Amino acid sequence: MSTSTPTAAPLGDEQQLQDDADGGSGNGKPPAGPSGFAQAQRSLTGRVGSILAILIAILWTLPTAGLLITSFRPASDINSSGWWTFFTDPNVTLDNYRQVLSSGGDFNLSTYFVNSFIITIPAVIIPITLATMAAYAFAWMDFKGKSALFVAVFALQIVPIQVTLIPLQQFYVNPPGNLAPLGGNDALGGGFYAIWLSHAIFAMPLAIYLLHNFMREIPGELIESARVDGAGHVQIFTRMMLPLMAPAIAAFGIFQFLWVWNDLLVALVFSGGNQAVAPLTVPLSSLAGQRGEDYFLLSAGAFVSLIVPLIVFLSLQRYFVRGLLAGSVKG
Amino acid sequence: MSTPEKFLQMGIAIALFIALMSAILLLSSRFKNRSGERLQAAAFLLPAVLLVAFGLLYPALKTIYQSLFDSFGTNFVGTENYQTIITNPDLLVVLRNTLFWVLLTPLLATFIGLIYAVLVDGSRFEKQAKALVFLPMAISLVGATIIWKFVYAYRDNDVTLADGSNPAQIGLLNAMLDGVGLPTFQFLTSPPWNTFFLIVILIWIQAGFAMVILSASIKAIPEDIIEAARLDGVSGVKMFRHITVPSIRPALIVVLTTISIATLKVFDIVQTVGGQFDTSVLAYEFYRQFFVANNQGLATALATVIFVLVIPIIFYNVRQFRRLEAR
Repeated sequence: MSTSTPTAAPLGDEQQLQDDADGGSGNGKPPAGPSGFAQAQRSLTGRVGSILAILIAILWTLPTAGLLITSFRPASDINSSGWWTFFTDPNVTLDNYRQVLSSGGDFNLSTYFVNSFIITIPAVIIPITLATMAAYAFAWMDFKGKSALFVAVFALQIVPIQVTLIPLQQFYVNPPGNLAPLGGNDALGGGFYAIWLSHAIFAMPLAIYLLHNFMREIPGELIESARVDGAGHVQIFTRMMLPLMAPAIAAFGIFQFLWVWNDLLVALVFSGGNQAVAPLTVPLSSLAGQRGEDYFLLSAGAFVSLIVPLIVFLSLQRYFVRGLLAGSVKG
Repeated sequence: MSTPEKFLQMGIAIALFIALMSAILLLSSRFKNRSGERLQAAAFLLPAVLLVAFGLLYPALKTIYQSLFDSFGTNFVGTENYQTIITNPDLLVVLRNTLFWVLLTPLLATFIGLIYAVLVDGSRFEKQAKALVFLPMAISLVGATIIWKFVYAYRDNDVTLADGSNPAQIGLLNAMLDGVGLPTFQFLTSPPWNTFFLIVILIWIQAGFAMVILSASIKAIPEDIIEAARLDGVSGVKMFRHITVPSIRPALIVVLTTISIATLKVFDIVQTVGGQFDTSVLAYEFYRQFFVANNQGLATALATVIFVLVIPIIFYNVRQFRRLEAR
């Protein structure tokens, strides 16, 4: 989900959803009761409805469960029987994981795993810092042409990445003047800079828009009284806004983390598939395309790439959902 | 580059960035008067605005310009690349597939998400049930495609192994077909059906997004509307059609447009299955033409077509946004 398209919509019952997403960790609030809507809906959601819901839940879970079980079965078992035979003939091994992670193996994912981290961390920090500052200026500073500039940034949200890739790549490899190239084999940093910069660019319109929305929710009197007390914008921004905005910044941070970690196109174009800089998605995608029958490698490899976003997602789900709703339901 | 070197490089980059930002903030805090305010606004805005101007606006314009040139970008050819797109049989398949994707994915993902949100609303296991369907959102398209490749796996049953048996189907779907005595099917290599089986993957990912947004807006429907309808004797499917759907219409539009845009740009799924057997879509063909076929003119024209297709959505959203600001 790289693009969220905010429009006018009724305010979602965010608090209730957050409680739902909280997984019942007990934050002192009572569990979400059925909405009035649910009560009125009972006759529709009788037995047929429950069966349909269970069917959807199974369909949404089974494919992943199947691959997870596969990843722990010996290669010979994988090729001779379906993963469901595991329940009658359990045979567990870590060989598949050893093979995809060991540096001596023919498919060394550990290097790419490191690359994913190296790419993701700056690609989250840089755009969020810049977007928070810009969002503050749009929300609380006065200058000419503010509204037009904001609409322009907002509209750029929907420029497809594909449209920008070729000129950006040409720029990175062969920049004007005598600047050092950011891409290519003789690149300054082997291409990390190009990937960081690209992710920062692509995140900017949505990040500015979402953070601006959050910032407008902070009461204006708070900022005004600080101004009256003689605080400058920089002081208000660093001392007041950043602490107040921490949950929103976290929400967008998780959003951006998942998006960068899961990205294939940007990494493929700007790393050129180079093992020194490419993230996990690049070798996995090419392995699946070329050696699609090697399920013992594919299943373990897929789970190596899934584990980090899954941990982030499960532990920080409520913030993530909050970021999602701010962009899509609220105006 | 070794791992410690990479982390060192990342550390230096982050440190440089933080130092630069601190310097900008520190400098701009020294300006106090009226014209100083303007300088502060510039300091806060310029990095972000320069980035999008250089990284989004300028490349978009340049790509549109380049699409009027030949494969090496040297000779002006006018609209030739666009004519190729609408006449070449292979590219017509690409356009047809893109149409399937953009029509089916948003509609089905939204529909399933809506039905599921309604069905689990207020149930005892609502939290857990929602998490199950929402979870694929965290998975990369590459990972999801691998997960589904395994569901679709096909083995040729007619081959006889050394021990005299036939190979077992290890893919869930073909094993089920086999189990009930139906012929097995090569899900990923039989056009045009394979495109639909790839579309299933994106629906699987996006339904959770639709479900979360729609569920939130269902819960926000005011109690009195529901109460009034109930007093009028409205219930069940009628309630759903006449009260629920109209009440969450704005959220439905948001979900549909968001998924449509995401679908137009989808590249990972087709790339991960190898892009063969007539499965290509605009976003994948763009990559293939530029990086594999070395045809810059056609690649930029394909990118421009994606851009043109999202322009109506830009207009719609800017209008919505202006209306909101005017309120």
